[in-house]
Amino acid sequence: MPGKVHVTTTINGESVEFLCEPRQTILEVLRDQLDLTGTKEGCSNGNCGACSILVNGGVIDACLMMAVEAEGEELTTIEGVASAEGLHPLQQKFLEHAALQCGICTPGFIVAAKALLDNEPTPSEERIRLYLAGNLCRCTGYDKIVRAVQDAASAMAE
Amino acid sequence: MNAFDYAAPRSVDEAISLLDAENGDVGILAGGTDLIAQLKEGGRKIDLLLDLKRIPEATALTFDEAGLHIGAATSCAQIYTFDVVQSLYPALVDCTSLIGSIQIQNRGSMGGNFCNASPAADTPPSVIVQGGACRIVGPNGAREVVAEDFFVGPGQSALQPGELLIAIRIPPPVANSGAFFLRFIPRNEMDIAVANAAASVVLDADKTTILSARIAIGAVAPTPLLVADAGAALAGKAVDDEDALEAACAASRAAANPISDMRGTIEQRVHLSGVLTGRAIRGAIQRAKES
Repeated sequence: MPGKVHVTTTINGESVEFLCEPRQTILEVLRDQLDLTGTKEGCSNGNCGACSILVNGGVIDACLMMAVEAEGEELTTIEGVASAEGLHPLQQKFLEHAALQCGICTPGFIVAAKALLDNEPTPSEERIRLYLAGNLCRCTGYDKIVRAVQDAASAMAE
Repeated sequence: MNAFDYAAPRSVDEAISLLDAENGDVGILAGGTDLIAQLKEGGRKIDLLLDLKRIPEATALTFDEAGLHIGAATSCAQIYTFDVVQSLYPALVDCTSLIGSIQIQNRGSMGGNFCNASPAADTPPSVIVQGGACRIVGPNGAREVVAEDFFVGPGQSALQPGELLIAIRIPPPVANSGAFFLRFIPRNEMDIAVANAAASVVLDADKTTILSARIAIGAVAPTPLLVADAGAALAGKAVDDEDALEAACAASRAAANPISDMRGTIEQRVHLSGVLTGRAIRGAIQRAKES
């Protein structure tokens, strides 16, 4: 029986240590061991984007990353998006535009959209739709999500 | 997922020693976008997960007089955001930027795309037409295999037991050359190729004559195919010779040996092989003119 592995990583700016089995994904560890349940499990095979997190600033599917791979990396989850001052503009605009219904996809969309706006502050609508193609929403039809991201980009530019 | 051990070796030698048969079935991890899905859903069981991402040679993405070194574990996003790739190897941007979602591109590697050896893989045609080679390391040392010979069958590569793919190397582009890749899917993104094609051309100094050309097609045979007859049909011909272009397209249609499945029929794929070959050649000529 393989032993557990000790992992030291950074999550939302804080140093975190955990023990995991090599077969555990980072999604399992975030949700089941670290109580960071904002990251959702959807398809669990890299299609839906509900488990989107940032690793060193790049958006990835947490269901397709093993927990042992987090050693030495910098992770950001939905819990790290808001600041002490309040909601991130993306979160605020998702609320204002009602860019969610059931909400299960929302953390993934916000994390993915944050990765986009961090690197490209003024994306076109086409670019937003392409960038978020790895995040599925079965409620909204996407238009409100796209408008919320556009509006957040405008708010962040001010 | 069954229980397994994990190792992240720091050198090629250490990786090769771990790949020994006494460690059982070893899964090679780069981005994991194929492997982890197979462990979860495909019924694949391993004894050891061998992570390449701590090996410098597997994560290097460099360019020098010998050409481009793409470490087998570098992600698609690292490749298409590398300024040298954007300026000198745009056909690599074509293919790496349309695989899966941004999430997948940030993890999935070209090395993994090669080793998974799907007939519909999107990165091999661009590498094949640009004369790329696979650097393989194993217990008997290192060897290089030209990209078109790396693929043996669906899911089967030239890797022997104990060997692993450590890098893909592409020579520097010659003067007045260009390369282009495209695929056909029935949606805008997030899909697997019904057919794909890449072309590279080398033009003469005044950019009116094709000196040489290489054409590769994918998803239309058990492996990606280098279509030598298509390249030969263009050599020595004017860049606007429509008869030569059609001869190259006909050569791709003749080389295609597809199956019918949920994505397309044999007839559609044969037809697409010709259409995509023509468009890839036109795109490659245009880039060579702009070079």
